Formats: sequence, C-alpha cells, structure tokens
Amino acid sequence: MKKILMLSAALAVSAGMALAASHSSTVRMGTEGAYPPYNFINDSGEVDGFERELGDELCKRAELTCEWVTNEWDSIIPNLVSGNYDTIIAGMSITDERDEVIDFTQEYIPPSPSYYVATSADADIKGGVIAAQTNTIQSAFVADSGATLVEFATPDETIAAVKNGEADAVLADGDFLKPIVDESNGELVIVSEVSIGGGVGMGIRESDSELKAKFDEAIASMKADGTLNALIKKWFGDDAATF
Amino acid sequence: MFSFCSDPSSLDGAKWLACYLTTGKHMAFYGSFITVMVLLLVTAPAALLFGFAGAMAARSRFLPLRWFGKSYTAIVRGVPDIAFFLFFVIALDQAFEYLRHKIKCPDWDMPVRQGNDFVVCPQAKLPLSSSPQWVHETYGFLIAVLTFAIVFGAFAANVLYGAMRAVPKNQLETAEAYGMSRRQTFWRILVPQMWLYALPGLSNLWMILIKATPLLFLLGVEDIVYWARELGGSKTSAYSYPHPDWRLWYFLALLVFYLSLTRLSEIVLGRLTKRLSHGQATIGGERQRRAPA
Repeated sequence: MKKILMLSAALAVSAGMALAASHSSTVRMGTEGAYPPYNFINDSGEVDGFERELGDELCKRAELTCEWVTNEWDSIIPNLVSGNYDTIIAGMSITDERDEVIDFTQEYIPPSPSYYVATSADADIKGGVIAAQTNTIQSAFVADSGATLVEFATPDETIAAVKNGEADAVLADGDFLKPIVDESNGELVIVSEVSIGGGVGMGIRESDSELKAKFDEAIASMKADGTLNALIKKWFGDDAATF
Repeated sequence: MFSFCSDPSSLDGAKWLACYLTTGKHMAFYGSFITVMVLLLVTAPAALLFGFAGAMAARSRFLPLRWFGKSYTAIVRGVPDIAFFLFFVIALDQAFEYLRHKIKCPDWDMPVRQGNDFVVCPQAKLPLSSSPQWVHETYGFLIAVLTFAIVFGAFAANVLYGAMRAVPKNQLETAEAYGMSRRQTFWRILVPQMWLYALPGLSNLWMILIKATPLLFLLGVEDIVYWARELGGSKTSAYSYPHPDWRLWYFLALLVFYLSLTRLSEIVLGRLTKRLSHGQATIGGERQRRAPA
C-alpha cells in the first residue's frame, strides 16, 4: 500500500513537472514599442516592425511559443532580470555595461552608424545642447563628448526637442532617424555621422543560457540562409549594412 | 471600423479623420479611460480601508500595533511616490513569487538570486508565463491597485487619525456615562461623527489620486497619458496614418477629461459634506438646523 502511494506520488510529481516544462515554453518577448522601424505599436495596436517580424521567425525556428509585451525603455532591464518577461528585443546595442547585467545573443543587426540631426547643417554638435534617449549608447556618447546632454524617456521626444528648439541637435540611431529626416520636407537635416557601439542583439537573463543557445542557433540559421539580410533590407532600405 | 478605411493613404479630410480616430490603437486609448475609472473606483475604497485599519492601529492600546500603525504612515508618507512605484512593485511581485516558490517547489535546488537574476521555479511564476496576456494585464492592474491602496492608505490613515481625535470629547464621555464599552463608543459614537472631520482631507486625497493615475504606466498598465503620448507623437510612413507631432491635441483632450472629473468630484463631495453636517454640532450643522424649513 505504502509503495503504491509512493509510486502515485512520484507519478503526480513528475507529471506536474512535465506539465510545467511544457508550459514554460511560452517565451515572453519584451520590447519598447516606440522605436520605428525597429519596433512600434501599429495602428491596430499591435507590436510591429523589423523586430516583430524577426522575433516571430526566430521563435518559429526555435520552436517556441512567443508572446509580445511592451515595457518602458527605462525599466526594461530590471523587469527582465526580475522575470516579468524572458527576452529584450528592442534595438538594444550590445555594450560591456549591459553585458555585466544581462547576456546577449549574437548580433542580429551589424553595427550601424548614429546620426546627429538638426534643423540646420551648421548646428553646434561639439558644444551645443544635444538630445538623446535615456540609457542609450548615444546618451553616453554625448555625455563624454563635452556637449550638454538633455535626456528624454522616448525617442519621439528627442525629435520634438530639436523641432521646438529645446535642443540644437539629436543623436540617435541612423536607421531610426533616416525616415524621419526624409519625411520632414527639409525641416531636419543630417549634420554628421558617428559610429558608436556594437551590433544589436537580444537581451536574455544570465541564468537562462538554454534560451540564449536556442535563439543563437536560430539567428545563425537566419544568417546562413540569407533571410536575415533580406529582412534588414526590407525594413531599413537597400543600403543598410548587412551580414 | 468603416468599410472605406481599407486604404488610408487614399483618404482625405473628414473620412481620413473618421478612420484615424477608429483605429485599433485609438480603441485601446478609449478603453484606457475605462481602466483609469475602474482603478479609481476600486482604489478609493481599498485605500480607505487601509487608512481605517492604519488609523485604528495607530490609536490602539496595544503597543506593537500602535508602533506598526505609526510607522506605516510615517514610512510610506516619507518615501517619494515615484520611488515607491518603481521599486516597491518589483519587490512586491518578487515577494509573492518567492512565497509561492517556497510552497510549490520545496525541493528546488538552485538559488533564487543568481547574480542579478531573480529565478523561481516555473510553477511559482505569477502569473504563469504560459497564461494569456489578459491574465498578465489583470495581475498588473491588481498590483497597481494594491500599490495605490498602500500609498494612499497611509495618507488616509493620517487624515482619519486626526478626524477621530477631532470628535468632541464630551460626546465620548457621554457615551461612557451611558455605560457603553470602549468598542461600542468607537463604533456607535466616534466613527459616525468623524467622517465630517475627515472629509476635507479625504477629498484632497481623492483629487490627488485622480492626478496620480498616470503613474500607472510605471506599473506596466497602459493608461490614458501613455496612449496620448504614443498616439500624439509624430508618425512616419511606417504607420498607416502618418502625421506630425499632435501631442498638444491629445493632451488638451486629457486636460478636459481631468478637469471635468475633478469638477464632478467637487460637486459630489460638496453634497456629501452637506449631508454629513446634518445634526452635527458644527457651524455647517448649526446652519442647517436654523434654516427655515
């Protein structure tokens, strides 16, 4: 009798674990949703953009069920490490400082230049007031460059600051700024180009090496068959840097 | 929404606007007004309950309970709201998960803190990572209600504590003379009379609570200010409805919303004061008594 009890208990436990294992394969993808064309909320209220398409494809290749969640940029890393979602896929450049806190997959976008954009080509980017988004590689770069840094919580506000004269120029990722400059009817111009930081990768908890390996493999397979390059060209234009 | 909305780039004027204002994103914006109203309607009584318990604890005859009540109000009132909403919520969530972890996975052998990471067993996750998005959203909302209730409860506790002391002493002494116990005096004499004294303070709190709802976004709940900023920001042709920076218009709409909400509250609170003054030994109560019928 005791044996049967033990056996059934053991069975129940292992069944529970198997259930948990199958459940835990839902991967929650954390993104910002305010950084077109990388990621944005489209007009029907869903996450859209390069990273949406990339992430869905990666999940398909890694055979994972994925769910998209948005989180403010400022608290995107604390919420990852405390387990509110499982990955950060939000155009986040791989830097040493971030790498101390979280892990990154291999890069899915090669290093691309950042632009200074202003309302006139002779804007003072060395000593003037430069807008950048908080906690980005660009804001760190401006802080070191000797110019006065003003930080904003969202990328859109950095552009608005230049337009209304609060800042002399904005420093942000080129792929984000290019469509904005193109559609501004000459109001905004690219002042200069700098290359800062490495490529963009997915952020994953350091304790989650299994998930990291899965995504690494999926990214490698997309690089190998050329689908990643096609996707980069689709969203960032034909002259974007590819692998 | 409308049949002619299938190709937004071909539209102009009123049709464009009609389609623009009925996109899925705008629907989410309209829905968030309901979220905010529900939050207010749930949080206000919850905060009042916290406040009442806090005030009762603060005037308890049992010393540790009194300490608890006093330190609750002192600590929460002293910590800036934004710090509270940024860090306390993550800590609260982790505390819940840790408790569940201890109960559900007693034989888990890996540490919960791994470097920066907070890792509990999958069954202890709250909500489970497999649950649908609405469960996550509801959980986030409930965490928000709890946080608001704790913060505003501390302020309410202070208001109620003061109100309890403001009830004229002779009322209580009379009750005692009639042979009422301490508990009876509290519930039958003190509590019914204190509301009038608490009302100015509580109505202030209610107004502040209305204005504090944009802190919801820090808690991961998409509220009206989040959507206004998101919708109003300039849009490139990556979106179906490109437009320049329209945040001003969205925030004007919010201004109207908040002002009408506070105005409505003022009217309701004014009536409540009148009602509570009835039969009270205060200036307002006296005036009602003397008014010609």
